[in-house]
Amino acid sequence: MDRIPLVDYLVLDDEPHLVAHECATCGARYFDRRSACADCSQQSFRDVAVERTGTLRTFTIVSFAAEGVHVPFVAGVVDCDGTSVRANVVNVPADPEHVTLGMRVRLTTVPVGSDSFGVEAVGYGFEPVD
Amino acid sequence: MAENVWILGIHMTEFGKHKDKDTLDLGAEAALGALGDADVTMKDIGVLGAGNLIGNSGFGQLLQKQIGQTGIPVYNVANACATGATALRVAIMAIKAGEVDMGMAVGVEKLSGAGLLTGNARAQEGGHWVRDGRYGAVAPLDGRVGTETMPGVFAQIGMEYGHRYGGADFELFARISEKNHAHSTLNPKAAYQKRMSLEQIMNDVMIAYPNTRPMCSANCDGAAAAVVVSETKLRTLSQEQQRRAVKISASVLTSDPWQEACQVLPDINTLTRQAAATAYEQAGIGPEDLDLVELHDCFATAELVHYDNLQLCEPGGAVDFFKSGAPWRDGHLPVNVSGGLQSKGHPVSATGIANIWEIAQHLRGEAGPRQIEGAKVGLAHVIGLGSACGVHVLEKAAA
Repeated sequence: MDRIPLVDYLVLDDEPHLVAHECATCGARYFDRRSACADCSQQSFRDVAVERTGTLRTFTIVSFAAEGVHVPFVAGVVDCDGTSVRANVVNVPADPEHVTLGMRVRLTTVPVGSDSFGVEAVGYGFEPVD
Repeated sequence: MAENVWILGIHMTEFGKHKDKDTLDLGAEAALGALGDADVTMKDIGVLGAGNLIGNSGFGQLLQKQIGQTGIPVYNVANACATGATALRVAIMAIKAGEVDMGMAVGVEKLSGAGLLTGNARAQEGGHWVRDGRYGAVAPLDGRVGTETMPGVFAQIGMEYGHRYGGADFELFARISEKNHAHSTLNPKAAYQKRMSLEQIMNDVMIAYPNTRPMCSANCDGAAAAVVVSETKLRTLSQEQQRRAVKISASVLTSDPWQEACQVLPDINTLTRQAAATAYEQAGIGPEDLDLVELHDCFATAELVHYDNLQLCEPGGAVDFFKSGAPWRDGHLPVNVSGGLQSKGHPVSATGIANIWEIAQHLRGEAGPRQIEGAKVGLAHVIGLGSACGVHVLEKAAA
């Protein structure tokens, strides 16, 4: 079955990972399509693989969201060896007893759904490292 | 050296539900109130800064059509929750530039019943996947890649501070909200004026941990307006006008400078720190000189980090600062004696002027039962996510 990543910066290969656009001048990293660097305004970038494990630097447990968003879920920011990544924390109960600041987490893929052509969209999240 | 600028008149409407008034009614009420408070008319005003995010395009001109079409320039501005402060900055800058000697700023919003301000509800999904936007997303990211809800974003900002310095747990954030709800009982213009116990706050509906419903700013209707004047012009006005005028010792607006992670989770700290540092330098006073502060407590988790950002405490010391009792109205540096956005309410474009109205009331000695006795210097702070930060330092007129 065909697969498509939820976002451009997710690479679905044998070892799924995230790719950042790194400023060739100052090293600032971004996940969106870039016009120039927000730090130094230079315009050349290279793609770099982001570390697949990291620590949870902050989180919230969202209980109230827009229509259609499944709640509760854990949203957070993961520090992947110096690169911050926005993500859900998955495969863990959504409560503050199981999700803690500074916990070690690793990248995993999350099914999003299939379209009418049978193409499966795949997203990502971070799960606790046992 | 540019001219000093003073607040000559200022007004805020009651915040809450105004079923029978539209944005123009509320904006006109605030503007006419400010003009009356200043004892001037529209004919004296040389420039108008106007803010209204939800409702009217060209709000400033529509307002003029209700209260006075004098042909002056109108600047309709938008800067998220800092829109009111931005409108005020426009009037202040026009005076400092020497183009006019008097200006007015008005901010208004009707938000009652607006509910959660967030990303959009999900559209029906189907067909085939199409990459969209600057992330090439094939489906909405809110809820799949973190959260775009305001309570969730600001929850993470408070939790991050807790992670860095320790001591900030659910109960601490709830106690901050307890303080603001207690303060609101003395403010007849607040949308909610009920004291709430810690248990009530912690057991209320969870919105985004650790923010429960009463720990979130209240959507409501309201408007605020200010008339500002050059010092030279002020000295030609009556003794009474000069006595009640409030000096704007600093007026600063910043945007968020680049920091690692700032495009992943909005950084509301760096731009606030820069605005505060610039404001203290402009005013020639330090945080130790402040008698009261109105800061942007859009969520209980946000108030904590701004104690630190505004230098009200030692770096990393926000938890200790709160636990010392300092920011309660009987503490050594009262914060949000109006009740803050959590109880006074947060009609977005009005907020950046309404917080200045609150400070001005105290500096004039006109705050009634909630007066902070002897207040001479105050600071008003506002943040619009995206981001924009306004900081104003205000001083009582010399007797």
